Amino acid sequence: MTPPERTPLSARRQSVVVWPLAGLAALLVLNAVINPSFLKITLLDGHLYGVPVDILVQGSRTLLVALGMTLVIATGGIDLSVGSVVAIAGGVCAVLLQAGHGLGLTLGAALATGLAAGAINGVLVARFGLQPIVATLILMVAGRGVAQLVVDGQVVLIASPSFDFLANGFLAGLPVAPLWVGACYLATHLLVRRTALGLLVEAVGDNERASHFAGLAATRIKAMAYVFCGACASLAGILTAANVRAADAYRAGENMELDAIFAVVVGGTALSGGRFLILGTAVGALLIQTLTTTLYNLGVPPAIAPVPKAALILGVAFLQSERVNPWLTGLLRRRKEPA
Amino acid sequence: MEPALLELRGVGKRFPGVVALDGVDFSVRRGEVHALLGENGAGKSTLIKVLTGVHPADTGDFHLEGRRIRPRSPREAEELGISTVYQEVNLVPSLSVAENITLGRQPGWAGLLHWRAIRDRARRALARLDLECDVDAELGSLSVAHQQMVAIARALDTSARLLVLDEPTASLDEREVAELFKVMRKLRADGFGIVFVTHFLDQVYAVTDRMTVLRNGRLVGTYVTSELPRLALVGRMLGREISASDFAPHAAPPMETAGRTPLLSARQLGRRGVIGPLDLELQAGEVTGLGGLLGSGRTETARVLFGIDPADTGDIHVRGEPVRLRSPRDAVRLGLAFCSEDRKAEGILPNLSVRENLVLALQGKRGAFRPLARAEQEQLCAHYIQALQIKTADIETPIKNLSGGNQQKVLLARWLATQPEIILLDEPTRGIDIGAKQEIEGLIARLREQGLAVLFISSEIDEVVRTCSRVLVLRDRRLSGHAAGSGLSVENLMRLMAGTHDTP
Amino acid sequence: MNPALTRWRRQLPLVVTTAIFVLLFGAASLAYDGFFSLRTVTSLFTDNAFLGIAAVGMTLVIFSGGIDLSVGAVIGFTSIFTATLIEQAKVPPVLAWLIALTAGAALGGGMGALIHGFRLPPFLITLAGLFLARGAAFWINTESVGIGHDLYQRLSAFEVPLGPASLTTGALVLIGMLFIGYGIGHHTRFGRTLLAMGGNEQSALLMGLPIGAAKIGVYALNGACGALAGIVATLYTGSGNPSMGIGLELDAIAIVVIGGTLLTGGRGHLGGTLLGVLIFGTIQAAILFDGRLSSWWMRILVGALLLAFVLLQRLLLRRRAA
Repeated sequence: MTPPERTPLSARRQSVVVWPLAGLAALLVLNAVINPSFLKITLLDGHLYGVPVDILVQGSRTLLVALGMTLVIATGGIDLSVGSVVAIAGGVCAVLLQAGHGLGLTLGAALATGLAAGAINGVLVARFGLQPIVATLILMVAGRGVAQLVVDGQVVLIASPSFDFLANGFLAGLPVAPLWVGACYLATHLLVRRTALGLLVEAVGDNERASHFAGLAATRIKAMAYVFCGACASLAGILTAANVRAADAYRAGENMELDAIFAVVVGGTALSGGRFLILGTAVGALLIQTLTTTLYNLGVPPAIAPVPKAALILGVAFLQSERVNPWLTGLLRRRKEPA
Repeated sequence: MEPALLELRGVGKRFPGVVALDGVDFSVRRGEVHALLGENGAGKSTLIKVLTGVHPADTGDFHLEGRRIRPRSPREAEELGISTVYQEVNLVPSLSVAENITLGRQPGWAGLLHWRAIRDRARRALARLDLECDVDAELGSLSVAHQQMVAIARALDTSARLLVLDEPTASLDEREVAELFKVMRKLRADGFGIVFVTHFLDQVYAVTDRMTVLRNGRLVGTYVTSELPRLALVGRMLGREISASDFAPHAAPPMETAGRTPLLSARQLGRRGVIGPLDLELQAGEVTGLGGLLGSGRTETARVLFGIDPADTGDIHVRGEPVRLRSPRDAVRLGLAFCSEDRKAEGILPNLSVRENLVLALQGKRGAFRPLARAEQEQLCAHYIQALQIKTADIETPIKNLSGGNQQKVLLARWLATQPEIILLDEPTRGIDIGAKQEIEGLIARLREQGLAVLFISSEIDEVVRTCSRVLVLRDRRLSGHAAGSGLSVENLMRLMAGTHDTP
Repeated sequence: MNPALTRWRRQLPLVVTTAIFVLLFGAASLAYDGFFSLRTVTSLFTDNAFLGIAAVGMTLVIFSGGIDLSVGAVIGFTSIFTATLIEQAKVPPVLAWLIALTAGAALGGGMGALIHGFRLPPFLITLAGLFLARGAAFWINTESVGIGHDLYQRLSAFEVPLGPASLTTGALVLIGMLFIGYGIGHHTRFGRTLLAMGGNEQSALLMGLPIGAAKIGVYALNGACGALAGIVATLYTGSGNPSMGIGLELDAIAIVVIGGTLLTGGRGHLGGTLLGVLIFGTIQAAILFDGRLSSWWMRILVGALLLAFVLLQRLLLRRRAA
């Protein structure tokens, strides 16, 4: 018997990214045709500016939340509370900075709120066996109130240059926010692919019962995904607050959960759980941001921007549907056979 | 003679790659309880599905009261007078008893419900079974037995003449079974025909008039219950006739156990309503068989030993130390391994690769932060692919693309990679082709030689005799006896399964 | 088992909800002068009319084990759509309402057909519906449109006197919808089919119930409820506004759950939804009365109630399973 041939794992796994990548490329080309200056990047005062840079900066927060969401969805769950956690974390930052606390304590406290929120979700889902939608809906509703409580209903302004730098600064000519998020992406990648966490999460999402029978701590793995997601959301909250130099408990993180879920699903991770792909999520997040920017550039009022998003969701849902998928593959196969 | 209530002739049904039913005849008379018997893959459930219109038959004639019928959906079958009650009660636990009996045909006017008529109708349906029960109670608050009877009441609320009971007693205790039998006898007296599927031989002899045995999709025969001894019935179900000289050579003689600590021992191990208290010992370097007919409690015993279900009574010792198994994780840490009989639901991770499926248990045992390096994983895969002759395009193929036998070998490899000392194999050869079967039997022999303690569960009696040094036989969820040495013969095992200790 | 006891146990969540309402209302009456009055009770209905109507439809969807995130957006769409029809296209209000109701039902029915036909998750499909309806609302007009039609003047002035207080048109429609919802949910085959489906879809299928029709029907019905809520919203504000009802779906879901309906489907009561609306309204009214308590306590309290109810239901189910 010949030894099994080794196929590069990454090639097989990453073939899913082709679709969102193609979508992203198509959008960029469309923009470049309509407005040739779209892709132009200029160097001003040693800082990079341009629409693509804006897309990176704006898309980075969605990506951050989507990273955590990817793991939650991979376990077969969902986290609706991320938007509220973004608002709470932002509020915590603003209040602590205003009270004169140091940056380290502030960031630590914000991160801790995210971990705590994730832990609540994790316990409700994994320990009490609540449906993920139901369990995280609770924090989604109450969290917005908690955020307003933290800032006492005010929009708290932040006047800390070092905090401001986190989101709006430049490092060696590059905007800092995407660098942070890039680092988080890399850290997540190492966390899930250099340890066995990725495998364990995929196992639990693919067949929780079989994983439990194989001796995996399925409950703990599920709970950890929510904790991680909460942490990501709180980091995104820090960035959001730093970006606008204020904590707005009403608007911060609004619809963030939708964009994040969206980025994950577009990126090729199925809502039913199992295989996940954080590279796909990254492409998905950029795709959404590019779509938003494109619509804006085309003069579509921001209020109508959701419509194309709806179409995209429907398209992706169809492609992933158990009913449609076999039919599509059958169609493709039939077309291939005569050849 | 008046025509039978139900008459099936030459029923055939094939699924892709399998002939599930091959020219089966089956008839039920008015006022009789008719057992439908057979082991796994015999075709019982296909026959019932064909009869109740879930899967239409490919060939065959169906006559109900002399009229030719051909049910194409459960609803159509019901309208024709064939009603079915399944093992998992197919009712809605959150609704009331009255609603469950009448759903879909509630009395009322123009879609508006007439609640008093609904309750009256439900009460009448229950009264027909001599059953007293509050029709306003939520179904979920009743015992499983009562839910079962509500399901029967629902089935009879139509103009049913033939009632199919598909393993209704699987999760009932003795008292509840007695209640159900009372209802069945009453219905028989009222002239209904009842098809009764069960795995419990005692129940067959307690309540049925005739029985039909299927094997591998073919009819073995229809018999009058009182005229067919148990041993003969078991022989027909298993496809083995008894001859006095029927001794199969077995793999290894049982070892002298006196003075040796068993790797695993259980005393008075029991779980209410699932398995009766039983003692069991697994010795290093020995294959112990757990025999019995389908549903006799074999799988349930293995599940308790592996920490999947908690035991109510008794204790388990591993290497002489008392242990508490709260989850499979505890069991794996102690050096146990368990291959489930339900490969699809409890074994494979269908969308993950062969490699990932193979290293899963070992990785789980090591924990997330001691990952197996890629090279180690590939080495493990290469080793087991070679050792177990696993046929796969490559190690990154999703496991769902492999054949059943190869999936099973990957799952075995998953456990062998954890280097277990005790391995529980639940029907490891089920549903796989003959070649793979032999390889797995050979593998079990090698494991024994390496000093592992193996618990082997199989429905194939020859396989049990070939593979095991000693065999415990379960019957109706209780230990019925054990066999070892010269007592380990097909004949003896069949006697223990049938529960008759007399000579044939 | 004692029949009276079993019946009482079945209604336990409803009893708990009633007790919570009485406690909340009692506490607010003790704490604030003038809170305990008929006027407070009638204003609970008036101020929560369109939210309550949306909750009625949502209850039926949740009965069936589904969820509909699009209601808030449907309210926004209907609001601006009717206003534009009446003010700019000069369509008579009654005809405009009929058109809006049809549009809502069509959107809902379409989503239901996708959910049933392609086995797509309701969460995703109705999320797409949300984007679609909200986008369409802003496409019609990004600004609010005032409605000056005679009928609107008369309807918003219309009140049924009730002792010292009175019921407005919106409150009357809400009460009517609660009755209709109760009738559909508890006294029609359709309603019971929904509950059976939510309780165990496989069983419902084997019982021969018309699953597909019921599923499409309930989303269509909920779409129409959303449209009706939008129409009532135009009466309440005297204008159409495309941003009406943003995030309202969450409040509607919260009300349904606080009313003791199981979010996973199969168990619930329209009477609970009435109580849910009243509890929601009482918290809101009490916070307004207080003047010192900030509005965000509303969200926190609603979240806490949600948590309490979900855990209570879990506990009840566990005990039954044991």
